[in-house]
Amino acid sequence: MSDGASSPQSATPPLSTLLEVRGIAKRFGRADVLKNISLEIAAGEFLTLLGESGSGKTTLLRLVAGFEQPTAGEIWMGKERLDTLPPYKRRVNTVFQNYALFPHLNVRDNVAYGLRVKSTPRAEIGGRVEEALRMVKMSSFADARPSTLSGGQQQRIALARALINRPELLLLDEPLSALDANLRKQMQSELKALQREIGIAFLFVTHDQDEAMALSDRIALLRNGALEQIASPREIYSRPATAYTAEFIGQTNLLRGEVHNGVVRCGPLQWKTAQGAGTVVMSLRPEAIQFAEDALPFPDGVRFRGAIRQQIYSGASEFLEIDCGDNLTLRARVPPAGPLAGECDFVFSAADAIAVSESRALAPSGKPDHKTA
Amino acid sequence: MYSRTYKTIVAAPPLLWVCLFLLLPYALMFAHSFWLVREGALAHQWNLQNYRALFTNPLYFQVLLRTARIAASVTVCSLLLGYPLAYYLSFHAGPRKELLYQLVIVPLWVSYLVRGYAWKTILGSDGVLNGLLQYLHFTREPVSFFLYSPFAVVLMLTHIYTPFVFLPIYAALEHIPRTLVEASQDLGGDRRATFLRVILPLSIPGLLAGATFAFVLSLGDFLAPLLVGGPSATMIANIVQSLFGAAYDWPLGAAISVCILLTTVALLFTTERLEKRWSFR
Repeated sequence: MSDGASSPQSATPPLSTLLEVRGIAKRFGRADVLKNISLEIAAGEFLTLLGESGSGKTTLLRLVAGFEQPTAGEIWMGKERLDTLPPYKRRVNTVFQNYALFPHLNVRDNVAYGLRVKSTPRAEIGGRVEEALRMVKMSSFADARPSTLSGGQQQRIALARALINRPELLLLDEPLSALDANLRKQMQSELKALQREIGIAFLFVTHDQDEAMALSDRIALLRNGALEQIASPREIYSRPATAYTAEFIGQTNLLRGEVHNGVVRCGPLQWKTAQGAGTVVMSLRPEAIQFAEDALPFPDGVRFRGAIRQQIYSGASEFLEIDCGDNLTLRARVPPAGPLAGECDFVFSAADAIAVSESRALAPSGKPDHKTA
Repeated sequence: MYSRTYKTIVAAPPLLWVCLFLLLPYALMFAHSFWLVREGALAHQWNLQNYRALFTNPLYFQVLLRTARIAASVTVCSLLLGYPLAYYLSFHAGPRKELLYQLVIVPLWVSYLVRGYAWKTILGSDGVLNGLLQYLHFTREPVSFFLYSPFAVVLMLTHIYTPFVFLPIYAALEHIPRTLVEASQDLGGDRRATFLRVILPLSIPGLLAGATFAFVLSLGDFLAPLLVGGPSATMIANIVQSLFGAAYDWPLGAAISVCILLTTVALLFTTERLEKRWSFR
């Protein structure tokens, strides 16, 4: 493991732990959906479970909600053991992926549902429903049936229906995935603002890494039922622990090299490193590579010359594929530079090449794999 | 799109069928109900005598009332059997679901008459039930009131119509998204609250459809009272049958039929409206 895994954010337990997942495993038949997952959620934290489909992120959420029973492990909320309680006794609420609004109840009755089943005094229900609807800006829809509302509106009602119960932890199962791109962006910022305002911890499931980066205090990246890395968005991007993390979050170049006498060699490139001797895998973000003539002098700059193989313009930046010779192709993101051709000089800081632990994402031939996440 | 000739050809068989076997018989029945029988022959003389007889003769009213009572009992009994069965199968049967479903449906393939005779064999004086009771020394003499009573009719009809009640309820329960059940539990609803506030309201269309089946089919049944009912359980369809048969009073029989038909249509209309009111998709 690189030093990324023992970074301050992930090593120091959060100040006040709200929920604790201890060694949770879940098996469906012969499939190990979750393998020995342990993590903590702090009060008021926005924690995202990120992963591909089949990574077990939704199963973990359902275990916390109580819709599934763990095969092994425990879930604690403060001094209360959660995993042995039925869902209706847990002080968590869920926003479902397809909203799961009750079709036979209008918006007001949907929102009031949680209070009604817990026999809250009638006088109190009305006020709290009003308040919850105001919070999600849906007050004027109190009498509407869910089927007459748009996806975004149903989303807000689902949120109000969960939040009215004043849970300490809100579980959100890909709540924005059914919305179109623009609405999703808008809901993301509203969701984040709402979470800050009410100060409830959110456990948020998504497969969208941009969404995870934009919203989270910390991201827990799951892969095949195991926890790959848990860290803040900045940390997980700048210091990925594994090659998989580096590729899943953002884009990267994975360089496989040999360390010998404190120097790493990777194809035509070489630079000084603190790594011990042997094979290393390095993650180098495309934006770390610059045109040599534009760059300020680095103390640890690695210069190389390469031929432009492909140039993709995307407005704010250009995406280049650089053939460095010796079967090494690097991807670079540079400021718009106009049409390029032939060979150019590039440079990157050796400090930006982050040693990551190996993973199957790397091509078995040993040839650097530049697949982007 | 489709030519006029094509449409005519396609529409002709069903239209012909409906006219020949539905509208024509109903028209004849309707006409008959306003005629009368004089000196053993049908007289085509328009009058309201049959309807007057129907509403003034207490015998008919009494039988109508009994018929409604039996039909209502059958409806309630088959709902009480069919709903829990459908609920169990849909929500808690797990991998045995398919097998159990088939087992519930199988009796529908057995002839109505065979099942009727089976009940006769079970409930009779020297039947299976009395044999068992005597063997266990619960009774010395055969109990005679099992067979030939309204009870026997309700029992037999409940047995026959429970699958009909089960099917629409099961279909309605299967259509309830399971995330709604999870949402209810998530919001603090225990099993009871979840059932009463989510599952039951969402299954009402199926429940109404099932209840309508049981009630309407029982209302017009004449075989069950014939086989296991006896004189104390005569139903309105038996009266109609005898009026068209031995009694040879087709006009009165037709008048009663018209009344049953109108009641049934009104009932179907009402339940359909109710089902619409309770469906949310």
